[in-house]
Amino acid sequence: MSDAQTQIPVTVLTGYLGAGKTTLLNRILSENHGKRYAVIVNEFGEIGIDNDLIVESDEEIYEMNNGCVCCTVRGDLIRVVEGLMRRPGRFDAIVVETTGLADPVPVAQTFFMDDDVRSKTRLDAVVALVDAKPLPLRLKDSREAEDQIAFADVVVLNKTDLVTSEELAKVEATIRAINPAAKIHRTTRAGVDLTEVLDRGAFDLSRALENDPHFLEAHEDHHHHDHDHDGHDHHHHDHDGHHHHDHASDIHDVTVQSVSLRGGEMDPKKFFPWIEKITQMEGPNILRLKGIIALKGDDERYVIQGVHMIIEGDHQRAWKDGEKHESRLVFIGRELDAERLRKSFDACQA
Amino acid sequence: MPTVAPLDLEGHCIAAVFLGDVPHFALADGTVHRLDHGHKMVQANDGLLAAFHDAANDRLITGGEDGKVFAVTAGGNASELASAAKKWITSVAAGPQGAIAYASGKTAFVRFADGKTREFVHPRSVEGLAFSPKGMRFGVARYNGATLHFPAAEGKPVELEWAGAHTGITFSPDGAFLVTTMQENALHGWKLADGKHMRMTGYPGKVKSLSWSVKGKWLASSGAPAAIVWPFSGKDGPMGKAPLELGTRGNAMVTAVACHPSQDVVAVGYDDGMVMAVRFADAKEVLLRRPGKGAVTSMMWDKEERRVAFGSAAGDCGVIDITA
Repeated sequence: MSDAQTQIPVTVLTGYLGAGKTTLLNRILSENHGKRYAVIVNEFGEIGIDNDLIVESDEEIYEMNNGCVCCTVRGDLIRVVEGLMRRPGRFDAIVVETTGLADPVPVAQTFFMDDDVRSKTRLDAVVALVDAKPLPLRLKDSREAEDQIAFADVVVLNKTDLVTSEELAKVEATIRAINPAAKIHRTTRAGVDLTEVLDRGAFDLSRALENDPHFLEAHEDHHHHDHDHDGHDHHHHDHDGHHHHDHASDIHDVTVQSVSLRGGEMDPKKFFPWIEKITQMEGPNILRLKGIIALKGDDERYVIQGVHMIIEGDHQRAWKDGEKHESRLVFIGRELDAERLRKSFDACQA
Repeated sequence: MPTVAPLDLEGHCIAAVFLGDVPHFALADGTVHRLDHGHKMVQANDGLLAAFHDAANDRLITGGEDGKVFAVTAGGNASELASAAKKWITSVAAGPQGAIAYASGKTAFVRFADGKTREFVHPRSVEGLAFSPKGMRFGVARYNGATLHFPAAEGKPVELEWAGAHTGITFSPDGAFLVTTMQENALHGWKLADGKHMRMTGYPGKVKSLSWSVKGKWLASSGAPAAIVWPFSGKDGPMGKAPLELGTRGNAMVTAVACHPSQDVVAVGYDDGMVMAVRFADAKEVLLRRPGKGAVTSMMWDKEERRVAFGSAAGDCGVIDITA
């Protein structure tokens, strides 16, 4: 990574038509938070705010010519970001709004695979807006809705006032099953606190997993929820009854699965070749991976994150006194062989 | 010893050109500065994205964030030629008989000298535009290849296919070859007579600057720690031949190239702002400008072959006098 201070943060907003993306965008553009945003949209559409820095751009997916099927980037973003960054004084951050059916992967990969874009900007987080009511239907008829949730760092579960508390609990359990690592916010009218959406540092290795102290604990006995920030609803949070399987097979129409691994200290000579091999071989099936690794003989926590075949890792900080030296790793993807991953992960232990 | 007349501006310089014998510097904010008995300035686009030096008409064609196309002529006259509503104009080019082309999204527009305009819609975004030096023909760089249009006639375009994203395009001065820059670190070429492919790879970075040498014998390119100069004098272009590597530096990348108007010499600009002139025959180097604040983005020789105008990403532009 190059100098983070000169890199402009980029937030990617995904979500189906009607999920509340425009409402959230309008809030980002109009609320008084002291920051200026450049916004890249697919169509000017209903953004009611006059702003020179709203750029319309046709989604243009380019496959890279390197023989890797999952290496896709958004050509239009490369062009627009390059143009915007020639006059960097005009804004503090960029928001990319994708179309309802957009695949979030090429958007994210653009910020890792294109050298020019990467040197000037950094992906901050992928935020998925989900309309609570039609989600079960969406998951039935499209893979995109599932991908958007699976790929998100933050899920804004919107329009919660239009469903019963049972429906809401079910929808949230479904989201959790697709993506155990995302932070979920229940809202009405996209009324999430903007600090929960912007400047998250979700792809920043030094911050990524620090944001979420409960990282990977959704699979333990308790299940954490984030409380509403708009103060409208206070749902009863159902803390029992969910039994989370790694496979989402108990929930109809979900094809994404997550595999959460836990272990002790890892032998770096075994772990690094293993993660390299897994991402090379399983790359097309892996949407996201995140992990905190305890390496044998290392005083610092090692964090890794990845998108398909792209993985990044770095030392994050020293282990605290009394902190348990354990390794945690989650894969979100399709057709993952959980048993094989678990066994081979365990075999990397020191 | 070459001398540099600096012009320190605020912002990213997109094009440094001579109009008449006056050096002009077009910045990303749409201002066009010139050194004409002092520093003068004219505002063209509200946000400049693309510029093309129209040598035949001694003007700079610009396209920008405001969706407009301007022609800037010597003396500081900027006139609007076309408008494409709110969409960004991402590429511009000038051709024969006063025609210009500009692109916005998936559409390429050709505007003839009489003001008539034709639209050419493509299935994917138009990334780059260039006119052929001969006849009324222009090429579009696009995903998976290039498309050749004949805007003065009806009829089907010619499609040239090569997998990958093509971002820029240029014809050789004799019109025999078409070369594109690609999203991956490579150039691709076609011999237009028979459609033969030319792969030019091995660059560590993206190629953003291309320049044909006198009579199109060589094509110089950026994207490496040296100027990579491909031989195009044979009938099959550079196929089977190694390029020249000129002005190699261990710790800097070439970001801009500009071939001399009449000699086999190239001006080479680097990412640290240094400029050198290098002769093809013996790779002899002459330092023209020491490193500055930003990467060299654009260069042009004047007609008298005496001066080089250069622009930089940090705004520290200027004119090098090589005879002083």
